[in-house]
Amino acid sequence: MDAPNAATRERTQAKLARMPFPEDTQAPSPWVAPPAPPEEIRLTAPASEPRPPHVDPFGRSTGRSADRIFRLATGACAAMIAGLIVLVVVFMVSGSMPAFKDHGLGALLSPAWDPTNQKYGALTFLFGTAYTSLIGMAIALPLGVLTAVALVEILPKGLAKALSLAVELLAAIPSVLLGLWGIFELVPLVRKFEIYIYRSPLGLKHLPIFSGSPLGVGFLAAGLLLAIMALPFILSVSREVLLQVPKSQREAAYALGATRWQAIRRFILPYSWKGIFGASLLGLARVLGETMAVTMVIGNTPQIKASLFASGYTLASVIANEFTEAPSDLAISALISLGLILLLLSVALNAAARIMLIYLNHSQGAPQVAK
Amino acid sequence: MSQSHQLRKLHGHIMEGVCLLAALAAVIPLFAFLWHLVAMGAGAFSPALFTQLPLPPGEVGGGLRNAIQGSLLVVGIATMIGIPVGLGAAVFMSEFAKPSIASGLRFSCDVLSGVPSIVMGLLAFQMVVRPMHHFSAFSGSVALAFIMMPVVVITTQEMLRLVPHSLREAGHALGIPAWRIASSISLRAAAPGILTGAILAISRIAGETAPMLFTAFGNPFMSMDPKAPIATLPHTIFTYAISPYEDWHRLAWGGALILVLGILGATLLSRFILWWHQRSLNS
Repeated sequence: MDAPNAATRERTQAKLARMPFPEDTQAPSPWVAPPAPPEEIRLTAPASEPRPPHVDPFGRSTGRSADRIFRLATGACAAMIAGLIVLVVVFMVSGSMPAFKDHGLGALLSPAWDPTNQKYGALTFLFGTAYTSLIGMAIALPLGVLTAVALVEILPKGLAKALSLAVELLAAIPSVLLGLWGIFELVPLVRKFEIYIYRSPLGLKHLPIFSGSPLGVGFLAAGLLLAIMALPFILSVSREVLLQVPKSQREAAYALGATRWQAIRRFILPYSWKGIFGASLLGLARVLGETMAVTMVIGNTPQIKASLFASGYTLASVIANEFTEAPSDLAISALISLGLILLLLSVALNAAARIMLIYLNHSQGAPQVAK
Repeated sequence: MSQSHQLRKLHGHIMEGVCLLAALAAVIPLFAFLWHLVAMGAGAFSPALFTQLPLPPGEVGGGLRNAIQGSLLVVGIATMIGIPVGLGAAVFMSEFAKPSIASGLRFSCDVLSGVPSIVMGLLAFQMVVRPMHHFSAFSGSVALAFIMMPVVVITTQEMLRLVPHSLREAGHALGIPAWRIASSISLRAAAPGILTGAILAISRIAGETAPMLFTAFGNPFMSMDPKAPIATLPHTIFTYAISPYEDWHRLAWGGALILVLGILGATLLSRFILWWHQRSLNS
């Protein structure tokens, strides 16, 4: 992040400037150019020739122009990275302009989505994204934090290492494959659970969150898949945070006669909450834009229902499903504007979490979380 | 006193048990997935999967040759765009940029790496597909390169930061030009870590599906033309998974097994490179 290298170079150059050159001291040196050729061979020899450019005794290039080219080339690459953020914002805004002009910002709060009649409201999809993300985070957050506690504080090192490797591998599995697994294994399981609730003698099906028919696909299945995808992320960050808790914190707990759990609950977790909160914001940003797995199990029905068992639709999955089949340019523009909403949400969450973590790092020297 | 001590211990044991249960639950999805994948994918795994083209819907048999080769092409072009740009930007940030500019760039990379992949797909659609008026393998590569760049920058920069300054100072002392210091000293010393990061970035984009939907678009026929629509493995798996045909489901699982073997293989390879490098440093 810092460029001590530039500073080093400046320092070195300053030192070199103070050092006398061999020509200045008139000392014999192996570095001076070979003796000048005899006078008669010189064809064009002005009387007051400026000092000849420095020639490397081994014939290597001094690399000054190469340096400039190299710096320009790498600088151009860096500019492309910075430009990418500008590009994505500019293209998404310009792409969604026709839809905004036609519908205005009020479309954000309209639940109607009917491309054949040119009605494009985003509310249903905002709800679907928010609901599935919340289900996913509500499962992944406690599970991830408790697992991190088990890995750092309870389990022996070898076993903990094996377990965290397994969870890291889970993070490497592409979303479309989790969706495939979701269709053929998770959805039937969810359906069994839903049928169990439906038939339960307690009348659980009358509760609003369990109402509706047991389809299997829907918010619950999508939320479970999102939880699986968010888990490795939350786990690895929480683990980092817990590992950063100073040893003295633990020792103080044990000195006061705390059991291991009390040490964890009252001394270690309170020290880590802020870091874990930042991490969960990052996890949420990641989960919001998840497309494939959700598209494959959510049922793709634009409706707003509180029931976990109902089918729904998210911002990302409506783009994935309808983009190539959009009936008009206005529909494409409306879908791009949904993408713009996704972009703004994820950038805002990311930026907020990063700034918070940077601030935390400065203020207490605690959790270093930038992965 | 002792009774409360017993209670505290009991409470502690129960809560620790809850933590262990959570740890167990956390690894269940991976094993359930792998178990199902091997059970379903092994049945579909055959030479035909690699050598034959897909058949029309309803006919039994066929393979995924077009999707496998298409994925290699699209990911290959994306790598050729993404890795050099990412490397260059990381070198600029760690060797030449002022600290404030470097941290600003780092912040934008962090934010960019959090942008959903489907949004990067929309960007590639607007930038490449719209002006060209048709879907193409190249536009898919552009989308994947956009996804890859920030990841490569972040890992490369982390690795360059680990290179001791004394090495660079030694280079300056010998009067080596800055570009040689960056390429032959800093990058060279960080090479194993950078390679690991690059492999992980490639394996991440190899499984991306969402941006392919409206860039590479998919193609049921064999095509290796960067200007034409092309089939990719993850996209084909998606298409087959949501289709109503039993035989396509079988092919989807076969393709999934190929993809997972490739990605897990790449992950293990990168871990091996790091381990090997560590060992050679220690000896």
